[in-house]
Amino acid sequence: MKRVGVLALQGAFAEMMAAFSRAGADTFEIRSAADIELPFDALALPGGESTAQRRLLRATDLFNPLMERIAAGLPVFATCAGLILLAREVEGTDPCFGVLDVTVRRNAYGTQLDSFTTVGPCAGFEDVEMPFIRAPSIVRVGEGVDVLASHDGVPTAVACGHIAAFAFHPEVTSDTRVISSYLSTHVRQMAHGRM
Amino acid sequence: MENERSKTNRDLARMLKGGVIMDVTTPDEAKIAEDAGAVAVMALERIPADIRAAGGVARMSDPEMILRVKEAVTIPVMAKCRIGHIAEARILEAIGIDYIDESEVLSPADDVMHIDKNRFRAPFVCGARDLGEALRRIAEGASMLRTKGEPGTGDVVQAVRHLRRIEADIRRIASLREDELYEAAKELSVPIDELRFVHENGRLPVVNFAAGGVATPADAALLMELGAEGVFVGSGIFKSGDPAKRASAIVRAVTGWEDAKLLAEVSSGLGKAMVGINADEIKLIMEERGK
Repeated sequence: MKRVGVLALQGAFAEMMAAFSRAGADTFEIRSAADIELPFDALALPGGESTAQRRLLRATDLFNPLMERIAAGLPVFATCAGLILLAREVEGTDPCFGVLDVTVRRNAYGTQLDSFTTVGPCAGFEDVEMPFIRAPSIVRVGEGVDVLASHDGVPTAVACGHIAAFAFHPEVTSDTRVISSYLSTHVRQMAHGRM
Repeated sequence: MENERSKTNRDLARMLKGGVIMDVTTPDEAKIAEDAGAVAVMALERIPADIRAAGGVARMSDPEMILRVKEAVTIPVMAKCRIGHIAEARILEAIGIDYIDESEVLSPADDVMHIDKNRFRAPFVCGARDLGEALRRIAEGASMLRTKGEPGTGDVVQAVRHLRRIEADIRRIASLREDELYEAAKELSVPIDELRFVHENGRLPVVNFAAGGVATPADAALLMELGAEGVFVGSGIFKSGDPAKRASAIVRAVTGWEDAKLLAEVSSGLGKAMVGINADEIKLIMEERGK
């Protein structure tokens, strides 16, 4: 089984773990640097509050080891706050990992009253349920970054190399197609930490 | 039961899990909370300890004050309305608040009915002391719960009691035979459908935070240990000697509640905690409001 580490500092990490389990991966929580000593095949960054998560990444000493692995090509699947952590530019604040060449605007749709769910094509699949919860928007897409989904002409999901990032939350729906396809296309099983 | 709007609102609460929601009374306090890693702030004119000290009727805060807090931060902003005060809730919805707390900290406007929260698009969080209260609030449309605790005391005992009670009730319901659920629904005065969810899943259908009397990182860690999915801190932070440091420490304690060494580290040198009053020495029992 492919081992997927889910950043479990704050947010909907339990939902992310459940979604990857349904898609056939072996998941584990990443809470401290000790948790990533064994090899793993992909990193998942869950939804939550990006300001809280980035602060905790620094406080737990997880930022540097994760950054090294992402830079070395570790596949990353990120939703909402995770997209903000990966973006090269974040309006109004400094970037966190800054490895994905997009510019994001936090909480771009307004208050919770403006949160919504839509259904549409995403990553080659039709009729994908896409819940946007105080979602960011992607206001600039860099060269070499593919758009996987859009809403009203604005990109809502992007991919570049082994990184896929979503402004919405595929992990809180029962549809596993997007996550399964990501696992089979971008994640190679190399880790043998739990033989 | 869950429709698309309630799913969206329950999902927002899921994004707050593992986090700390802090009471703030000014935009500056909101910034301190956000910088410390709060996942949301509760904007109110007076924190519970001061409401207790001032006495009199406690009402919804000035919308202008709430909006100033909203402008200061990017994290979600919550605000309180009185139990049963439909008009205050409508006002909070109209100014685009991210979560409405129908709260026993304020003086109840209705001593019988809660707000029919299903009629709102804005999400609501409500307090509960046991599974009966929890499921009644969910049936009314709450998309997030918190224990009531005893606000403004700095005494964690009631939050612990309520959390243990809810968790024990859930375990009992999960262990029942299916044909025993009708009697249990009658006993708890809750709709059978909500109870069936608890029976089948062994958990509540919405996120449940702990609240009421949290003053230290260790208090927060204790509540996480007992099954809370996050923590509200009211008076505990801005009634203490060094709010920024204490706020950060409580955030770290909620994420790392299993790590005793970390708890020791973040509990050190925090300065004065809020003085606190024992929950059994107070005259005004807020937890009795709204059953």
